Amino acid sequence: MSVLIFAEVDEGKLKKSSQEAIFYGAKVAEQTGTTATAIIVGEASDTELASAGRFGATKVLHAADSKLAEPNGMAYASVVAAAAQQEGANVIVLAKSSLADAMTARLAGKLKAALAANVVELPDLSNGFRVKSSIYTGKAFAYNDLKADVKILAIKKNTITPEESEATAPVEAFTPALNDKDFAIAVKGSEKASGDVLLPEADVVVSAGRGLKGPENWGIVEDLANALHAATACSKPVSDLDWRPHAEHVGQTGLKISPNLYIACGISGAIQHLAGVNSSKVIVVINKDPEAPFFKSADYGIVGDVFDVLPRLTKAVKAL
Amino acid sequence: MKILVCVTSVPDTTTKIAFTDNNTKLNKAGVTFITGPYDDYALARAVELKEKTGASVTVLNVGEADSEPVIRKCLAIGADDAIRVNAEPTDAYFVAEQIAAIAKENNYDLILMGRESIDYNGGQVHGIVGEMLGLPSISPVMQLDIDGDTAKITREIEGGKEQLEAKLPLVLGCQEPIAEWKIPNMRGIMTARTKPLKVVEPAGTDKLTTVASYELPAPRGAVKMIPADQAETLIQLLRTEAKVI
Repeated sequence: MSVLIFAEVDEGKLKKSSQEAIFYGAKVAEQTGTTATAIIVGEASDTELASAGRFGATKVLHAADSKLAEPNGMAYASVVAAAAQQEGANVIVLAKSSLADAMTARLAGKLKAALAANVVELPDLSNGFRVKSSIYTGKAFAYNDLKADVKILAIKKNTITPEESEATAPVEAFTPALNDKDFAIAVKGSEKASGDVLLPEADVVVSAGRGLKGPENWGIVEDLANALHAATACSKPVSDLDWRPHAEHVGQTGLKISPNLYIACGISGAIQHLAGVNSSKVIVVINKDPEAPFFKSADYGIVGDVFDVLPRLTKAVKAL
Repeated sequence: MKILVCVTSVPDTTTKIAFTDNNTKLNKAGVTFITGPYDDYALARAVELKEKTGASVTVLNVGEADSEPVIRKCLAIGADDAIRVNAEPTDAYFVAEQIAAIAKENNYDLILMGRESIDYNGGQVHGIVGEMLGLPSISPVMQLDIDGDTAKITREIEGGKEQLEAKLPLVLGCQEPIAEWKIPNMRGIMTARTKPLKVVEPAGTDKLTTVASYELPAPRGAVKMIPADQAETLIQLLRTEAKVI
């Protein structure tokens, strides 16, 4: 009996969402009177590996085979499944991401596990194993009873606020046999925005819609985002018009995000857009139309011209 | 080439979600059910491949009888035949098991579905099906081209996309812009009525997860409006009151 957490590293650094996952897993271990082990796959420094201890892992398994240097959902899932068997893990925790999404399902298939995706709270163990998850694209929640021996929880961003301690965790090398079948997908190339704050990981998101009038006007959105160390996002029409890349589209058929702060600029707030962002902690809406439906779902609102308001907000942030 | 497209019947994206029976059931009153928007992309690409290469397209739905209008619409769009597994699609592992059972009997070259259903949003079924069949799975797929026995794929990743290649057979979770949604024409609607729709009973085990109850999110408090000429105070409020920057 133990809890196993898949902790993701990006360019050698433990991702923020994985710090949440480790802390969450450690809390579940506390609830169930067992220990939390983190597994890290791919390259990471000793300090970075041991830092999993600061968020509550009591042990770190490190799979550093050179074949695992590039993210590969199928191969990583096999590694985590092998670790789960070695550790006798009955709860596996992952933070939702492109990589984790690809792994979660394969893991559930391998281990015949009860799977809950988009988990938003710690489990309730008073009567079985019950977890709350976000469904209907953020419009509702479900309380799910997980009934298999192995449970897999894919947690949504901002499910828990990790607390750090001074603890470090011992690191053990983990070298499972790798299966060629897991390398059947060849990566031929990739395009990735670098240096920017990744949208799914971002604590603050500045998002804009058709009210910006054209892609050439995005400078004022990016300026505010930079000042706030925020990621940029956009509405569906904007990505459909190719003003911004599809990876920035948030909403019903785009990315679902739950940052601490979501600032919507020139977005009217169709129900499909709200679905992707309404689990944000604080929502700010800036729109020149006082009747924009988004104001009804906002915490703060400004009726005004984004071309006037955004530069002034940027200046105010810089003056802090 | 044989293509299987798995589709869900889900509440329209504009639906205001509500529950009945002490929050244990979706209130279906007044709700329009549609093909899952992501599944619609998968179907559209399958029909394009059929038109180009002469592939056969079978539609599969794990659902109860009330999902048949959605299945008929898929047939009207261009699928050749359909299978409905008569069960409530509530557990990802259970649904995947039904799809895998059908796939094992029929040896499809491509198993396509949406990246996720828009009711439970798990986005897991394609991966579990892949695992059960011992096939690679890829999601979310934005572009798919077939060259002989090789699929050339563009997949969305965080902050960008990547180009992949893999040999068929494959299981893929699809999203825009893999194809343009197709609208059925009159001839399609007429022929759909006579296309075969087979209903089979579910196979395999009990569900590994069940929903005890549902809940709606707590409403947000009243919006605090800030006059545009005092926009700067927003930044102060976000720091001192909301404490988010």
